[in-house]
Amino acid sequence: MLEYIVSKYNFWVYVILLLIGLYAMVGKKNLVKKLIGMNIFQSAVILFYVSIGVKKGGATVPIFLGNAHAAHGHGNAIIDVASYINPLPHVLMLTAIVVSIATTGVALAVLILIFRRYKTLELDEIIKIRKDTGV
Amino acid sequence: MATQFAALVIVIPLIAALFVPVIGWWKKGLCHPWVVAVLVVPLIASLSILNRVIESGPFSYYLGGWAPPWGIEYAIDYLNAFVLVIISVISLIVSIYSKKSVEKEMPEKVVPFYTLFLLLVTGLLGIVVTGDLFNVFVFLEIAALSCYALMAIGRDGAPFATFRYIIMGTIGASFYLLGVGYLYIITGSLNMLDVAQRLPEFYHSRVVLTAGVFMIVGIGLKMALYPLHAWAPNAYADAPSTVSGLVAPLMTKVAAYMMIRIMFTVFKPVFFIEIIPVTTILTWMAAVAVIVGSIYAIAQNDLKKMLSYSVVAQIGYIALGIGLANRSGLTGAVLHILNEAFTKGCVFLVAGAIIYKTGSCNITGFKDLYRKMPFTMTAFLIGAFSMVGIPPTCGFFSKMYLIIGSIDAKQWVFVAVLLTSSILNVIYFFRVIKIAAFEDVIPDYSRTSPYITYRLDEVPISMLIPILIMAAGILVCGIFSPEIINTVIQHIIPASF
Repeated sequence: MLEYIVSKYNFWVYVILLLIGLYAMVGKKNLVKKLIGMNIFQSAVILFYVSIGVKKGGATVPIFLGNAHAAHGHGNAIIDVASYINPLPHVLMLTAIVVSIATTGVALAVLILIFRRYKTLELDEIIKIRKDTGV
Repeated sequence: MATQFAALVIVIPLIAALFVPVIGWWKKGLCHPWVVAVLVVPLIASLSILNRVIESGPFSYYLGGWAPPWGIEYAIDYLNAFVLVIISVISLIVSIYSKKSVEKEMPEKVVPFYTLFLLLVTGLLGIVVTGDLFNVFVFLEIAALSCYALMAIGRDGAPFATFRYIIMGTIGASFYLLGVGYLYIITGSLNMLDVAQRLPEFYHSRVVLTAGVFMIVGIGLKMALYPLHAWAPNAYADAPSTVSGLVAPLMTKVAAYMMIRIMFTVFKPVFFIEIIPVTTILTWMAAVAVIVGSIYAIAQNDLKKMLSYSVVAQIGYIALGIGLANRSGLTGAVLHILNEAFTKGCVFLVAGAIIYKTGSCNITGFKDLYRKMPFTMTAFLIGAFSMVGIPPTCGFFSKMYLIIGSIDAKQWVFVAVLLTSSILNVIYFFRVIKIAAFEDVIPDYSRTSPYITYRLDEVPISMLIPILIMAAGILVCGIFSPEIINTVIQHIIPASF
């Protein structure tokens, strides 16, 4: 059992982070903490993607070395797939990181608007003010 | 040429969005004509795409000439082309409408508004046109981010509603992304058609099950499907009227398109029907959505809030059609995407027009609106008829197909639900119409004449014409719905149904 957990530890780490983020988004009463939870949640997804590109057994970064590796002079290098990690998930995550940062930026701007309006970022107090003013 | 249009439909509004700040810096008044002119291009492009698909069948465009599965493929079939036309038509109409409304509601934010408006349209078009799973996520977030920013400009309470939407929307998008990740683990591909080909042999793998569930829950969140709908009503109701006029008809429907795409293209229908019973769960959730959404709508005193709950109910119709997973049900669902776009567009634009004239959209204050704004309120009446499902408005036909689909599936509960919801729609729409048409302001008896003279007090012509076009669209879609089904929708239904 322990071996099973350790051998798939990347998935466990991402699931735990995902749940921490989800808990913060749903359970926390402070809007900034919700936002931090959202960041943890997105980071968990990013880590998941990064970990699925990795290969065991000394695989390294996929840098194309041109003809230096071409053993028999066919012109094109023969690429041994097993010796390189899969770069695609990593490239996808560059986009996802940008998306995550943009979301955080928009959310922070919205939080400023909320604070200007209600003078607080606590969920219960905002809901109370909204009830009182009948919104 | 039509293959290039598949790319132009995205590229033109995207580049044009970047030019809006430049134009606004030069002359603020030019932003609106620029946006309208730009949005004509996707309309022409999507019409010629649809034309090409009808004439010679599905085609694809390879971005940068990279062949799939390595490059990004824009795979166009009947469903894509159909939804593309809907999005470009609605966004063009709303962009014409936006001028006066934006000038009144946010005079100092015209330039950022139009930039975000074009980005939102780009995102929506992109979700639909692309054939790449990760590309869908990117466009989904482009649409969502510009949508958050636009919604937060709205009336008091909008930022708070938007923040909830940001949280829920991000969970939805992240779940979708996780699903894509799992599919990538097992197939090594991100191209929808390629994944669809490689996937069937793994259907009993837990990885694929996880992927399917994550994707459906994520899209369900974006779609505001019943238990996941909590963010939608406030966010839609508090947004500026132009934004709710664009987002309410399109955003959730594009998510519905994604659901159809994932369930019937990326996965074979058998996966979600037999291997995991998602369709069964979906139909029941949808049935609850229809009833609960309608009941909440009855309880609202604010027109926009009422319509927003109605969005939740109407999404239930589409989900019900998808979940029934038979020919009539899915026909009804796809037809309802079109009908909802026009109907919700029409009634939300009317709500915006009422706000423009009276400054509020509290239903109790609607007395005498039929005398003051006869054209606008006639459009509202047509929208209400379509919502209830009175022929020849288009709402009748999609409901008819959904009911036929429920009968085909021998699900009598859903027949009852659909008919009940029509009655609930009557209650909440005709309440508005009753106040607006039949309740007089207390007459002033001190005057000599017993009759009150009413002054025609319509909205500006640039707002009125888009509203009337929407209303006409409802009727046209209704009258021509057999043709629409024969030429387009029947090709969308998977062969196994």
